[in-house]
Amino acid sequence: MLDVLNDFIVELRRAGLPISLTEHVDAAHAVSEIDLAQRSVFKSALRATLVKSEDHRAAFDSVFEIYFADRRDPTQSDADDESEDDSDDADDEAQGQGAKGLKGAGKSMGQGGGSTMSAEELAQMLEAAIRSNDAQMRSAVAQQAVSRYAGMEPGRPVGGTYYLYRTLRNLDLDAVLERVLEEQRQAKGEAGMSGLEERLARDELGARVEGMKRAVEAEIRRRLVEDRGAEALARSVRKPLPEDVDVMHASRDEMLSLQRALGPLSRKLAVRLTRKRRHGRKGPLDFRQTVRRSLSTGGVPIDPRYKHPNPSKPEIVVIADISGSVASFARFTLHLVYAISSQFSKVRSFVFVDNIDEVTRLFEVADDPADAIQRINTEADVVWVDGHSDYGHAFERFHERWAEEINSRTSVLILGDARNNYHASNAWVIADLQARARHVYWLNPEPSSYWGSGDSIVGEYGVHCDSVVEVRTLRQLEKFVGELA
Amino acid sequence: MNDTTTPRFASPDEVNDRLNEVDYLSDDAIAATVFLADRLQKPILVEGPAGTGKTQLAKSVAELTGARLIRLQCYEGLDESKALYEWNYRKQLLRIQAGQGSAEDRDWSELEEDIFDEDFLLTRPLLEAIRAKDPVVLLIDEVDRVELETEALMLEILSEYQVSIPELGTVTAEQIPMVFLTSNNTRELSEALKRRCLFLHVGYPDVERERKIVERRVPGISGELALQIAQIVRTIRSMELRKHPSVSETIDWARTLVVLGKEEIDENDAAETLHILLKYQSDIERARHELLGTKPSTRS
Ligand SMILES: Nc1ncnc2c1ncn2[C@@H]1O[C@H](COP(=O)(O)OP(=O)(O)OP(=O)(O)O)[C@@H](O)[C@H]1O
Ligand SMILES: [Mg+2]
Repeated sequence: MLDVLNDFIVELRRAGLPISLTEHVDAAHAVSEIDLAQRSVFKSALRATLVKSEDHRAAFDSVFEIYFADRRDPTQSDADDESEDDSDDADDEAQGQGAKGLKGAGKSMGQGGGSTMSAEELAQMLEAAIRSNDAQMRSAVAQQAVSRYAGMEPGRPVGGTYYLYRTLRNLDLDAVLERVLEEQRQAKGEAGMSGLEERLARDELGARVEGMKRAVEAEIRRRLVEDRGAEALARSVRKPLPEDVDVMHASRDEMLSLQRALGPLSRKLAVRLTRKRRHGRKGPLDFRQTVRRSLSTGGVPIDPRYKHPNPSKPEIVVIADISGSVASFARFTLHLVYAISSQFSKVRSFVFVDNIDEVTRLFEVADDPADAIQRINTEADVVWVDGHSDYGHAFERFHERWAEEINSRTSVLILGDARNNYHASNAWVIADLQARARHVYWLNPEPSSYWGSGDSIVGEYGVHCDSVVEVRTLRQLEKFVGELA
Repeated sequence: MNDTTTPRFASPDEVNDRLNEVDYLSDDAIAATVFLADRLQKPILVEGPAGTGKTQLAKSVAELTGARLIRLQCYEGLDESKALYEWNYRKQLLRIQAGQGSAEDRDWSELEEDIFDEDFLLTRPLLEAIRAKDPVVLLIDEVDRVELETEALMLEILSEYQVSIPELGTVTAEQIPMVFLTSNNTRELSEALKRRCLFLHVGYPDVERERKIVERRVPGISGELALQIAQIVRTIRSMELRKHPSVSETIDWARTLVVLGKEEIDENDAAETLHILLKYQSDIERARHELLGTKPSTRS
């Protein structure tokens, strides 16, 4: 057991999870306290001891399913595993042989065991499974479907998604959903379904269809593990953790999870940027001092002043490139600025392409980040000539109108790739801002190896900044924030 | 510190059943994590969206183990004097004043010994939990609100289960209490604290569990209504809204519908009572439109 746990943890670390020695020891300890036959308990035990952030859960789940693939023989009935409670983690449904199944014998890839059904029988059983939402029927269907449609062959270096796609295309789950929904509609008779009833029925069936997809996925994974071994499979499906996803190339889902993570992080960022020298503050009451002094005043209490003074108002100026070359970075940036400005009152924000405009107010009135971005795209006056970045012009305009507002308490944060389309840099503006401000930081979404190539002139600006950092991922942003001492 | 505390539970299933008895509907992860927290004598860090039963979990565990709940509610600016202990300086000053007339010859050190005595100590939740002789559950609620220094203090106490008070010496726990820390994740907690704790994410329950919660928490509700409520809430949570309904809002909504004498919800009922479930006008409108919208949803 401990060996497998070791391998598992090694793979989690490869996937980027920060697992300390203490946590490894805790996991081993936890596993020794539980009944390994209960797969969902086993999984929870590992998760509670090894995964300390919800953002890492998906990565954990994926590795867990591979290393502790559920290898029970589905032809054997295990009704007692599927207790009445088929809730929660659909992937935990197979409580049969968690960890002890590790040594389980594999079956050959092509066959799912059990008797083979005809295509019609399979289609019928699929519909019945969706209708009844029965877990056992679901895994039986998944078995049969993968055997029949996935076309898996041992040793073929094809990813699981290919097999998944083939199987699902043949099952045509969307059509099944519509058929079952139509049945339910018919059952209502004359009156039919109200809009509300229809929506609820559709969502319920949708959830069952999702469950079916996951069962198919699990079945394919199980066979791939048998064919290739856990380690090789884990390697081929490894994905970056949310904090390592490149913002410039994030998928929609990845972007959503990035945005969720921005809240806490931007708060930290704003605190760091505005932190005052802490040593001036008052700590808790000094009892002895107070008591002693009261002696000299005949025991008259000297008003104890142990409240911290009000922190001075934060002062942050954010200047962000929202041109096409950094479009997805700009979205990310705007979310970041939104998060900062919704938590601190003294933030002023500016966006530019070849002209610059203040958008502080737009952030203030917006309901949510999406609304803010929408307003900025339609209301901000950022295009001067042609809508291609012109940092030099934008900076010059900024200087004319707002330079006076920057003082020694202001931190300036510039976000952009400094690709200036060969216009004049006007780097003197940044030099001047640095002279006025407390700090000037530049966050660049491009890999640093590209800096200075082509029309990138980040170097010209960088010499006037306290630092220029590559921020393509959440982790890099976090690091930047962490280092702002 | 005493390592031979007898385990409180025989299995995760027992945790689940006993939570159920005190009207807390658990799931596999919750039951297993509580079980392990007891066995490994580690605190649980419970994280998740607002109103999903994080605080209630600690309360329910206290209830079912017959332990006293000691709660430290965190807030920005919470410091040692409010979390751990503080000398009652008013009382100290009074004591000094009282002593002055009569005994002018008393010197400072004698007086000091006098006034830094148990009697002048104000015990705050962390110290209270450590000194407790009876079984206790310590709940450190919304730990993400305190500053890093206070977090470090908590970490120290949770690692050692002892506190040293310069004037009185070291106080060591006689028993290791079950400890729950809750967080809404408004701030990233320190790695050290997370390493020390078991981690439990409590998200929104699935339809089945939410239905059971509603049935349990809202007496007199019909099974049909509870199920419908849980389904509508699931659908609403799948929409893009500013704020999704929490479990406590689901419960409030269910109560209202029961008070209104509903056995089932039709479109009108839903439309008229959505404001109990949702807090923002824009959310209410959007949800109403999507739930009842004449045009069928575009999902497939
Ligand atoms: N699993 C559950 N079983 C029974 N009741 C529950 C459950 N989850 C939540 N509730 C109910 O929801 C209410 C809100 O829960 P609670 O206050 O514990 O939420 P919370 O997660 O601590 O929220 P917050 O983050 O806002 O503090 C509780 O009073 C309880 O009645
Ligand atoms: Mg709470």
